[in-house]
Parts: sequence; C-alpha cells; structure tokens
Amino acid sequence: MSAPLLSARGLKLAFGGVKAADGIDLDVMPGEFLAIIGPNGAGKTTFINMTTGYLKPQGGRIEFAGEPILGLSPRAIVRRGIGRSFQLPQLFTEHTVIENAALALAAHAGIWSPFVPLLRPGYRAAAERLLDRFGIAHLTETRADALNEGARKLADIAMAVALEPRLLLMDEPTSGVAATEKMQVVETLVRVLRAEGVTAVFVEHDMEVVARFADRVAVWSQGRIAALGPPEQVLNDPAVLRDVIGIAGHA
Amino acid sequence: MIAEGLIALVGAGVLLAVAIAVPWLKFVLTIALAKGIAVLGILLLLRAGQVSFGHAMFLATGAYTVAFLAPAMPEALLLIPLGGLFAGLLGLLVGLFVVRYRDIFFGMLNLAISMVLYSLLEKLYHLTKGTDGIRVARATYAGFDLPRETQEWLMFAIALGLAALFGTLVAAYLRSPMGRALAGIKTRETRLEFLGVSARRVLLFAYVASAVMGGIAGTLVALTTRHVTPLLGYWTSSGELVFIAILGGAGSAVGAFLGAVAFELVRVYAAASVADAWQMILGGVLLLVILFAPGGLWGILAGRLKVRA
Repeated sequence: MSAPLLSARGLKLAFGGVKAADGIDLDVMPGEFLAIIGPNGAGKTTFINMTTGYLKPQGGRIEFAGEPILGLSPRAIVRRGIGRSFQLPQLFTEHTVIENAALALAAHAGIWSPFVPLLRPGYRAAAERLLDRFGIAHLTETRADALNEGARKLADIAMAVALEPRLLLMDEPTSGVAATEKMQVVETLVRVLRAEGVTAVFVEHDMEVVARFADRVAVWSQGRIAALGPPEQVLNDPAVLRDVIGIAGHA
Repeated sequence: MIAEGLIALVGAGVLLAVAIAVPWLKFVLTIALAKGIAVLGILLLLRAGQVSFGHAMFLATGAYTVAFLAPAMPEALLLIPLGGLFAGLLGLLVGLFVVRYRDIFFGMLNLAISMVLYSLLEKLYHLTKGTDGIRVARATYAGFDLPRETQEWLMFAIALGLAALFGTLVAAYLRSPMGRALAGIKTRETRLEFLGVSARRVLLFAYVASAVMGGIAGTLVALTTRHVTPLLGYWTSSGELVFIAILGGAGSAVGAFLGAVAFELVRVYAAASVADAWQMILGGVLLLVILFAPGGLWGILAGRLKVRA
C-alpha cells in the first residue's frame, strides 16, 4: 500500500467553546477523490483552512508527501503542491477571466517582469488552453464579476489547477450552482483533475455528487470524523443517514 | 494602449504650443508635469486600493537632496537621479513597515511618517534653515551654465521627457503580471496568497516605485522654483497629490498629467481672479468631478474618444 499524500493526526482547534476540530485523524491517498460531508458548523472548512495554512491548529500535526507543513504560510504550502478553491470563488473581480487565468499561470511560472504584458501572445495561448479544458474558453474577455456561479466556480478551480497542485482542496465546488448546471460543472472538473492526476478532497452537500464522484467519504460531525469509507458503505450507514445526511441534505 | 499613447503625444504637443504661446506659463507647466510624475505614484497605490496621505515626504526628499547637494555638485543631470535614489531608499525603509497595513491604517501611517519628516525639516534649523527654507544653488546642465531663459526651457523639456518616460513605464507596469497582481490586492488579496504570491512584496515594489517618482518630481520642483521649504512635505501637499489623482482619474497614466495641468491652471487663474476663494473653487471642481465624473478628467476624455478607461 502506498504512503498517504496527506496525513493529519490529532488536529484540534476550538473557537471559544466550539470545537471545530476535536482530534481529526485522516489519510488522503494519492490519486483518490475524498468527499467530506457533514452539517454546517461541523468543521469541514476548518480542516481545509488548517491544511492550507490559513488557520493554525492548537494541537496535532499535518504531513504532506511525508513532510510536516504545520506552521507554514499559505504561500509556502501552495508552493509545495497543495491548491485550494473557495466556497465563495476568490476571483480578481476587476479582471477578465483570461487575466485571472494568466495571472495564476504567471504566479506559478514565477514571471514577474514589471514591463512585459501579462497577456503577451504565449501567455494568452496558455491561459486560453487552461480555460478551454474547463469549458469556459468562450468567457475569456468577460469580467470575473459578470460570470454566473457555475463559471465562477470553474474559473476559481482553473486558477488553482494552473499551479499544477498534487493535492487540490475544494470547498463546496457546487454550492450556489444552478441545479441544471451542477452535474456538468462537476463532470468537467473531475475530468480535468483525473487527467492531471490530481488528488482531490472536496467538501460537498449534494449526496448525488458524492455518490457518483467520490472514492471515499469522510463524515464530519462536531469536529470529529464520524465515519469514513467507500460511498456505498457510508451513505447507507443508518447512523450517518439519521444523524448527518438527514441534516446535511437540508443544509 | 496605442490610443492612450496618441492622446499623450497630442497632450505633449498642446503643452509645448501653450508654453511657446504664453512663455510665463512654462514655469506653471513644468511644475504641473513634475507633480504629474509624483501623482503617477499615487495612481499605482490607488490601483491596489490604498491611499497614501503622506507621499509629499518623497517629493520633499527629492527637493532637499537638490538643495543640500547643489552647492557642492550643481549638475542637474546627476541631482535628478540622486533625488530619485534617496527617495527610493526612504520609500524602501518606510514601505517595509507600511505595506503590512491596509486602508485607513496605510493612509494614516503614511501621514504620520510624513509629518515626522516635516517636523525634522522644520526644527533642524542649522541644517534646513527651518521654515525659511533653502535657496537652491544655480545648477549646471551637462556642465553648461546656461542663461535663465534657456534653463527654464530645458527644465520644461526635461520635465516633459521624464513625464513621457515614467508615464510609459507606469502604463507598461499596470499591464504586466506585477501590475495586474497589484490591482488584485484591491479585490482579492487572499487569492494572491493562495497563488503563492506575496501581496506585501507586490505592494512594496509599487510603493518604492512611487517613492522614486515622488523624489524625481521633487528634484524638478526644486530646480524650477530654486527654493525649497518644509511645506513641500506638509500633509496638505500630500493631500494635493491625492486630489490631483482623483481629479485626473486613476484609470490611466495620462490622467495623472491631465489632473496636474488642470489643477495648476485652475489654481493660477483662480488665485489671480479671486485671491481669497481659490481653494473653494478647487474644492468645488473636485466635488463636481466626484459627483458627475468618477473616472476623472481621463474618464471624460476616454468616454468622448471611446478609449477603454
């Protein structure tokens, strides 16, 4: 059995009296798609924030590819190969879609010349290819604040993928996306991530998405992992159905 | 960018024509061009959503560099870059501190530090001659001691050349990855960090660049007026730079010069016609711009000419 890509042990973090992480132990294996489900306030986003250096846990450790990453800044963690997307897409709203993508590519390549245009021909072509893979190449000249939610989510994830991460943490990639677009959005991003060989952890409330695309499911409840396993097992567990999915399904 | 360049070229031609037609105005226009260069720096920070209420400290640094060094080394072509260099070094020192802060804290810290410099210029009388200021020694140009009229034309030409140089550099910078990241600080600083980019470093680069431009502007003011006082670094001078940036419009490098020329001309003519109320007239002009032309004079011009503002 291969070594886990991400390994968390005993993560603890409380906000006042609320335990957002109460001894989280989790291994994410290379190449897998792990879904995190659970009611709002269970600590799902907190786990992503701790893993990406945005929040510092009060106890425990996190290793990525065998190296400890606890205490590193978000920038340092990104450079080690952990990308993230956001529940509320973090796009540069005054920029066009292609500028957002090109900026991510420039950041990854470390090209910071102050006098060469961001959208010079080579960069424009690379950014267009990236957007094309996510099916949003037709929106290149649209300002990011004029996109619908599905396109915003895809652009947000495209920016994370531009950094060629080994692990991508996605916070509710389908929240706010119209029901008619939801499956198309997930299919697109799963296709790209599988093709790139990116390991993915995603927080999700839609059980249909989880059942269809996750290799494993971790059930979060009050800062703990209440259940972990393949979707067909976890999603049919009576306790999970009663205590978590019943709540999450209505969240 | 080509349209912007053409407008800038036409603008330079108009300034030259005005300076030839009304010779006494070339002094006013040289000062306006110098201030326009300083305002380019304000424009950079505005792109990041930050307003500095203390940037006149860099203008004063450039001006006092000229005043202190001119007696020993009167060569203007050396004094100008040296003023930019010293202002840039001060910008680096101050910038390392202030780029850690945003919004009102950024603005107020700049104001506070600039007032410390102002106080030093005012109180260290044995060095600076306090509020009396320093009479700037006569400068030479490439070793030539030129007659006054020629010198005034040369300063106008240097100011115009430097305005074109810095205007072009700033326009290119704003289109570069670094410039686009700078604008990203205004909208999504979190995303920049998660792209592996240090927002502080991006802002620091812009801050130092703005300080250099402030310093260069200060040297031009000192060489043109030949008298420097601590007032150059007073908070009202910093406010004036922000005023000009809003008046001209932050959408383009050309806006900085449109604003500066309009500001100086309104000031000169308003002061001549209504000596006691010229500041009220300037205030009224700014109010009208904020209410009816949030893109500033550049926004109006770009709209008329259908250029992307």
